[in-house]
Amino acid sequence: MITRRKFLKYSLIGAAGMAVPTGLTVVHGGTPEEAKKKGLRWVFLVDTHKCVGCGLCVKACKQENEIPYDANVSRTWVERYVVTKDGKVHADSPKAARDGFTSPDIDEGHGHKRVIKPEDISKAFFVPKLCNQCENPPCVQVCPVGATYQAKDGVVLVDRTWCIGCGYCIMACPYGVRFFHPVYHTAEKCTFCYHRLGAGMKPACVDACPFGARRIGNLLDPNDPVTRIIEDERVSVLKEEYGTKPQVYYIGLSKEVK
Amino acid sequence: MVHGEIWTLKELFTYPNEYIYWSVQIVMYPFMTGLVAGAFVLSSLYHVFGIKELKEIARFALVFSFALLFAAPMPIMLHLQYPFRGINVMMTPHFTSAIAAFGIVFFTYGAIVASELWFLYRKHFVVKALALRELQDKNMIQWLEYLLYCTLTLGVYDVSEEALHRDEKAIKVLAGVGIPVACFLHGYAGFIFGSVKANALWMTPLMPVIFIMSAIVSGIALCMLTYIVVMEYRKFMIKRARKPWQMSLEEVKGAEMHVVKMTSKYLVLFLVLAITLELLDLIFRGYTAVKSWDVLRTVIYERDFYDIFIMQYGIGNLIPLILFLVPGLTVKRSILGVLLVLFGVFMMRWNVVIGGQAFSLTFAGFMHYTLPIIPHDWETFKEGLGGALSIFAMPFVLFYLISYVFPVFGDAKQEH
Amino acid sequence: MNNHVFRPLIVVIGIVALILVARYFYVPKDFGVYERGYMYSWHRKSDEQFWKDFKIKYQGKEYCKDCHSDKYASINKSAHRIIMCENCHGPAGTEEGVLHYDADKLPKLAIDRSREQCYRCHVKLAYPTSDRAKIRGFADPEKHNPGMECVACHNPHSPRLGGA
Repeated sequence: MITRRKFLKYSLIGAAGMAVPTGLTVVHGGTPEEAKKKGLRWVFLVDTHKCVGCGLCVKACKQENEIPYDANVSRTWVERYVVTKDGKVHADSPKAARDGFTSPDIDEGHGHKRVIKPEDISKAFFVPKLCNQCENPPCVQVCPVGATYQAKDGVVLVDRTWCIGCGYCIMACPYGVRFFHPVYHTAEKCTFCYHRLGAGMKPACVDACPFGARRIGNLLDPNDPVTRIIEDERVSVLKEEYGTKPQVYYIGLSKEVK
Repeated sequence: MVHGEIWTLKELFTYPNEYIYWSVQIVMYPFMTGLVAGAFVLSSLYHVFGIKELKEIARFALVFSFALLFAAPMPIMLHLQYPFRGINVMMTPHFTSAIAAFGIVFFTYGAIVASELWFLYRKHFVVKALALRELQDKNMIQWLEYLLYCTLTLGVYDVSEEALHRDEKAIKVLAGVGIPVACFLHGYAGFIFGSVKANALWMTPLMPVIFIMSAIVSGIALCMLTYIVVMEYRKFMIKRARKPWQMSLEEVKGAEMHVVKMTSKYLVLFLVLAITLELLDLIFRGYTAVKSWDVLRTVIYERDFYDIFIMQYGIGNLIPLILFLVPGLTVKRSILGVLLVLFGVFMMRWNVVIGGQAFSLTFAGFMHYTLPIIPHDWETFKEGLGGALSIFAMPFVLFYLISYVFPVFGDAKQEH
Repeated sequence: MNNHVFRPLIVVIGIVALILVARYFYVPKDFGVYERGYMYSWHRKSDEQFWKDFKIKYQGKEYCKDCHSDKYASINKSAHRIIMCENCHGPAGTEEGVLHYDADKLPKLAIDRSREQCYRCHVKLAYPTSDRAKIRGFADPEKHNPGMECVACHNPHSPRLGGA
């Protein structure tokens, strides 16, 4: 609980910010040492070799997190990349892969399908996507009202009672994970199934994946198998150039992945 | 239906959650704040730098800026999913967000404009209030008027030479302080876009400066337009029945043309600055050709070519430049010129806001925006043609109302 | 202040004071700066509890084991042991928090027997570098007994014809 005194103090900080536009360049909070003491930082590990594009993760996510099943948005999705021998990259994620990939044709929008002959393919694979729960989340930085925030275990959440629906966070996310919830009309995003983590369970997508392509772990626990892989093996992250420090690690990413 | 899905056509590879979330009202928002800032800067050119030629239009521009000020937050309100939670921006501001500054900057700016207006019209309020006080047997409306003017005097009835001199000084200071604040108000609107690192088209430090320049351009253009319309109306009224205290038709005509010519010079100056900066941005992007350039080039030179090079640069910038630079400027030509300039600035906002969402974060897909014209629900109205036109009409309606309290054209009856 | 020049300033200060008073009453008392500082943790603390209290729907494979031990045993002998029961049988919890244990409250689970459910994995996509290529499947499944449910012949708990 925040005391009245603290509240007044932060009000004053706010008032100071009103006077000084340099409020826009506030220093980052929370050092890694502090986080280590608390000992919990959720991270995700995706093995793209193992993903077969069945989309059971998307199906489970939508039902677990009450995202209307037929709405064309999703907290998680799977992308397909087909690289042909002429060097072209074809990618799609029809209906966020909720029903999996059941046709070799690439969905190009507007109902266009691109037919690709199997013999023309040089490589092809699936990449599951979800919120990266960035260490420096740009979506949180740009929220004008403090309706989205990062919990101390690294998960970024949205306050449905406080969100004004400006969409700035959606614009600020380089990974396109945010959208407006079709029912609540507030910004919506993957929470790593925060309610399941709290109950000692794994996210619904992790449980639903038959192939073990999705795993969750605690980066601050050196014995966690996921942490072991992240620390000991070759992993990469998405769009590192934005400086967001994403915390979803990938095995087997390729340069074609957007 | 997901918000944004109805007006978004997706092509090739886009992320599933991507839609045109920022639609026409976000185009209107910088357009309207631009007009506010521009109108204010125009009025300040007279008050601060003493550019006498602008005297006639300065007072008018200030009142108009005040009317625009109330219309400026409206596009945001119509855009928000929860308009009534908009107050949260003032209640729990998160200053690491460019939008959080809106409440503060907007309020500061409003306070400056309102104060300046107060000093400008203080004498008028006092005269009115005293006249109404003397009036016997006031009817309901006169009582209300009396109350209004008494409130507006803020309890100061001192209209001595010395007090009025102090007013003038205060106006000068406020107008001076107001220029950076007006620029900040609009520059930060540019910052809202320029600081989005996820958007390859928006992210440039030039964005705030470009926004300020085009803001001044649009503000001057709108002031000129409204000024001309008002003057034409006055000419029309004089033709019908000239009263002895009014100026003659020729006097009005001469004054009008003089103001229009002077103002158009400043318009051209800022227009050239705005175009220069925009072209600099474009050339720089092409020259450095970073990762995003492939998709940006496709958007700029192919998909949005018509909107950018024909509508914005051609019709909105080049033609008005020619119109204003060819000697022998007439009123009709000025009207056409300022209309095209306003259109050009609107297209610039459009090409930034909509153009910035015309390509996917994947850099491998596109999104096409279709403005809802015939609304079939509240959402397609407020984020459609109807909503945009309502916002555009609002400052004119407000100006009409406000000018009852703040008579713009020196209310000849009283002061002569 | 005798100087009238400061009158507008007094009005402005008054308005600011009003806003600050409104703020005191409007803003929840637990709204503040938390673990990750003002940039990343400026929020209403109790919202974290909202997300923790969200209802769990998918209970996981072990949840079914005790009552449906026969099914549990049979699927564990097949290649389909990697698939969690609820992927086809539907989540065992509802949005209201009712669990399948409470059989009289929870309607029977809606089982997905569609061909499309099987297509998720068993449409053959010979994708080099992806494990999808390793799964047995049909290049054109619509040619194989069209219109029939796959489960009419293939027991999903023991999918090979003939049992094993």
